[in-house]
Formats: sequence, C-alpha cells, structure tokens
Amino acid sequence: MALPITYNLRNVVLRWRATLATVLGVALVVAVYVLVQSLAVGLEKSSGNTGDPRNVMIVRKGATAESSSQVTRAQLRLIQYWPEIARDDAGRPLLSADVLVLINLPRREDNGEANVLVRGISPVGIPLRPQVTLVGGRWFTPGKREVVVSRRLAARFANFEIGDSFSSGGRTLTVVGQMDGQRSAFDSEVWMDGDEARSIFDREFYSSLLVRATDDAGRAALIERIEGDKRLPVRGLEETKYYAAQTMTAMPIKILGNLLATAMSIGAVFAAMNTMYASVASRTREIGTLRVLGFRRRTILLCIIIEGGFLALLGGAVGCLLSLPMHGYSTGTISFETFSETVFEFRITPWLAAQGLLFSVIVGVVGSLLPALRASRLPVIAALKSL
Amino acid sequence: MPVENIVSIRQLTKLYRQGEIDVTALNGISLDIPRGEFLALMGPSGSGKSTLLHIIAGVDRPTEGECRVQGQDVAQLSESQLADWRNQNVGFVFQSFNLIPVLTAFENVELPLLLTRLNRRERRTQALTALDLVGLADRAHHTPRQLSGGQEQRVAIARALVTDPTLIVADEPTGNLDSNSAAEVLGILQALSRTAAKTVIMVTHDPKAAAFASRVIHLEKGELLPTEERRP
Ligand SMILES: Nc1ncnc2c1ncn2[C@@H]1O[C@H](COP(=O)(O)OP(=O)(O)OP(=O)(O)O)[C@@H](O)[C@H]1O
Ligand SMILES: [Mg+2]
Repeated sequence: MALPITYNLRNVVLRWRATLATVLGVALVVAVYVLVQSLAVGLEKSSGNTGDPRNVMIVRKGATAESSSQVTRAQLRLIQYWPEIARDDAGRPLLSADVLVLINLPRREDNGEANVLVRGISPVGIPLRPQVTLVGGRWFTPGKREVVVSRRLAARFANFEIGDSFSSGGRTLTVVGQMDGQRSAFDSEVWMDGDEARSIFDREFYSSLLVRATDDAGRAALIERIEGDKRLPVRGLEETKYYAAQTMTAMPIKILGNLLATAMSIGAVFAAMNTMYASVASRTREIGTLRVLGFRRRTILLCIIIEGGFLALLGGAVGCLLSLPMHGYSTGTISFETFSETVFEFRITPWLAAQGLLFSVIVGVVGSLLPALRASRLPVIAALKSL
Repeated sequence: MPVENIVSIRQLTKLYRQGEIDVTALNGISLDIPRGEFLALMGPSGSGKSTLLHIIAGVDRPTEGECRVQGQDVAQLSESQLADWRNQNVGFVFQSFNLIPVLTAFENVELPLLLTRLNRRERRTQALTALDLVGLADRAHHTPRQLSGGQEQRVAIARALVTDPTLIVADEPTGNLDSNSAAEVLGILQALSRTAAKTVIMVTHDPKAAAFASRVIHLEKGELLPTEERRP
C-alpha cells in the first residue's frame, strides 16, 4: 500500500523554499509551451471556424489555396446556371465570383508595411458568408472604389478607419465600413466589389467561386458534377473543409513550440532532479523509519516519484495561470496560405491547459526517477544511524 | 508451565567489513528472552548493543549463528518478507523519536496500520486507543513540532504498539529526554511488559533507566558478560 498522498503534499509545502525555484522553473516552461501552442490553436481555430456548411468552394484543380487558383469567365458561365446551385427570389444564382489581390499597406505606428488580402466579391458574396457582419459604416457600393475592412485588421493597419482612404494600383480606395468575421479567416480580409477589383488590379480571371447549394443532396451532386465534367479543370469542395485544411501556417509554430518546450524541459527535469535529490538527502532518517515500519522499497520509490510529479504539477498549474492573461489577445503573422497578414488570437483551450499540466507531470516524474531510486535503495541501518 | 521464549539466539556473530579489516560487532552471543520480559541491554559505546537489537528486530542480518523470534529464523526472510514481518511483529522506539514531521500524532500512529488489512474506521479506533494508552489522546492532531520531547517519544511508543506486536525494541529511548519524561516513558514500557505481556528490549546507558527493566544484561566488545541482574 502506498503512503497517503497528504504525506507528499505536506512535504512539498514544508520544503517550499527549496522547491519554489523548481516550481517556478517548471511554470516558465509550461507557460512558454502553452503560449506557443495557443498561437497554433488560435490559427487553426480561425481557419477551422471559417465557412458555411451549405457552401461549396470552387478552385482550380491542383491549387491548394485560393491564392494560387484561377477560374476563367468561360468556366463561370458554364457553371453558374447549374440546377444544384440555389437561387435568390429574383432567380439569380447564389454565386460569388471572387478575385483575390495582395496589396502592400503601411501598418500603424510606422511599423513597416505588410501584405493585406483584398477580396473582390459579387454582391451576393456578403449574404453567402453570414458569419461576417457589418460593425460600422456601410457595405461597399458595386461599381465604386470602396472597401470594407475587418475591424481586427483595422487595429493593425494605418488608414483603416471609416472615412480613411489609401491608394493601391494607382487608384484611391475609400474605407466605408468595418466588418467582423467572428474570429474566422475573414477577419484578415478587406472586401470590395469584385468587378471593380478586377478592373483596378487588371485581372482577367477570378480566383475562386463560392456557391450555395440547394440542399445537402444538391451539394454532394454539385461536387460530383464538377469532378465528373472533363471540360472543367476545377474542383469543388465544402467551404468549411477548404478552410479547415488551411493549417500550413500553424505547423512551424507547433514545431517551434515543441522544440522550445523540449529544450527548456531538459533544464526543468534537472531542476526537479536537484530538488528531489536534496529532499531525499534531508529525509534519509525519515525514509529509513518508514522502511523500519514495514514500507517496502517500491513504496518509497513510488512515493518520491509521486512527490516529484506533484511538485512539477504545481509548477504546471502556475504556468497555465501565468499564460492565461494572454488568452484572447489578438496578434498577427504572415500566412503561408495567402502570403498576407493574418490576424488570430492566443487561444488557451482546456485541452491545451491539460496538455501543459501533463507535460509538467512528465517533467517531474522523469526528474525524480533517480532520486527515487536512491531513496529506495538506502540501507535501513544507515538511515537509522544518520542523525 | 514452561516459559515461552520469544527470542532465542544461538552463537550469533556479526562482522562488519571496513576496508581491509573486519570489525567484530558481535562475537558468539547466545541469549533467550521469554515473553513479557523487559530486558535492558547495557554496555560501553561500540560494544554491539545496537547491532544486536537490529538483528533481533530484523533490520540487520547476522554473519553467523541463529536468531529466532517466535520460532521464525529472521535471517531466512527475503527483504520484502522482512518488511512485512517487522510491520506485524516488531514495534520500534528510537532515541531521536523519528516521527514523520509532516504528519500529526494521530497520523504517525496510524502509519504502520496502513500496511494492514484494517479499514479506515478500524485504523482510527486502534490508533486512538494507542494514543490513549500513552496519555496523549488529546494531542492527536498536533504535529511533532508542537509536542515536547517526552510527548514525542510517547507518540513513538504508541506507534510502536499500535499493530499489537509481540516485541518492542527501543534503542536508548530516554537518551534525549529529561528525567521526568524519561521516567514517564520507562513507566509505559514497564507497564507494557507487565500488564500486556509485551516483550520489551531496551538498549540504555543509564542505570536509572535499566532499573525499570526486569533483567539487565551487559555487552562488552561484542560478548555477553556473565553478570546479569534480575528483578521480580
Ligand atoms: N555499518 C557499520 N560498518 C562498520 N562498522 C560498524 C557498523 N555498524 C557498527 N559498526 C561497528 O560495530 C561495533 C558495534 O556497534 P554498535 O552500534 O552496535 O555499538 P553500540 O553498543 O550500540 O554503541 P553506542 O552505545 O555508541 O550506540 C562498533 O565497533 C561499530 O564501530
Ligand atoms: Mg547504539
């Protein structure tokens, strides 16, 4: 039978001076791990959170992202009156032919310049994306050089307030509204009229088509029909699936997070080892007493390991708490899918916190293996003699 | 009625190898200890008192000879069997008390019971009974730091007898106590041997402590001296 867990808890508390450094060390490692991973989670959430399940996205075959996709006007004409596509009351197909353009704009506070993704859309492109709502001003007027910017982008770029204007492609664009994409990929976009965008930026082709299918069966049929039509070098897939697959940007962050955490955790393991060695050394007689009372070697072994694990878990909890204020803090990076500024948030999910805690326990357990072995191998007699 | 010997030692020898030379801690000791005896083990420092006590109590092993406790040749037991055996048969009292500092008096006394099949309620009853026996029921929730030395040692005695062992061993139990506390502790050990028929073996330097015992034997250079004193 094991020793009561309160024995371990009180020992850690009793030695708090000696254990504080280790607790804080582990806390730091876990905080870094959780924060970096929360960036990756935030990025994945923002793309995973994008799209309407009723919509189908049409891009060029072989294009992994809209930015490298082309859809010709001939292809558009071929597709647009297919019966699988839903119509509005006036009988017009619910289809938005989008054109994507990257423009370079100055950040706020002289923070250099960055690419911003401008999406030219058909008027119906707005209701096709119900998660995007207007939070200020008005929507752009077709045929005019007006844009609506995401509120989150506006926080990062100069000239993005309503009424501001900026120039690109030799033309001046005016900000007439701000929108909110509810933490989706649209939060990193600027929207304007599609035809106007094609004329200003001199685009012959569209980048992608977004269509609303009549219903679930229609959606499946539409995707199948596009696939089966040999004249069309395009493919269709559910909009949500398209965005969910856009996780390339999160990968290097995850890898970096793991590398960083691994490197730091080696330090933390040694800190835990040091603390537990000291703890065992100062408890030689106590451990000997436990052995005399009948506790076995492996009970002692387990006891020290539990204690190390608990110690580190304490650090892990502190680390999670330390990282928590960053939750929801929005930040930006260059997206590897669109090559433009993408805004997202640190997202510390319960699962991520649990991972951080698990991580800390592993650090503690690994760190206390050798001290535990030493404790369990102490000869009883020697333990009794040491005063 | 024949006397039942709890401990029976024959030609017990213990050598410690220290570098090149062997130190003879015990040299051919033979000794019988009947049930209910309160035996005091005296002798100069280094004479082998603790070594003998440790072998009887199953924390050390003899080099040669035999030590049977209740018929069991202790040396035959494996390390983990020995741990169980100690838990069930021997109660320990140390010179420096050796209570676990982070546990309360009650928890310290309950500790050996965690290795038994008793459930929580039974453990509680038994631990409180033991504490009551040493007159410290009202200190159950104090930690060792909050107790005087004499009280700590009485808690240690409660811990030693809570499993109801046949044998209680004590290595200089009064070495760190003032004379009043010492008398209290010795009184308890004496009562245990007299009224509960516990066999108590106590190492001591102090003739006043030895005076509480029913038999006093002397060790010198690892050998038993023929002189021994018996009291009724
Ligand atoms: N682990 C050991 N290694 C080597 N020699 C030892 C060891 N333990 C005891 N000895 C030696 O064995 C002899 C007996 O030691 P023991 O501790 O039994 O004496 P003691 O009578 O209890 O003395 P004291 O009254 O000082 O406690 C001593 O000479 C001691 O140095
Ligand atoms: Mg001694």
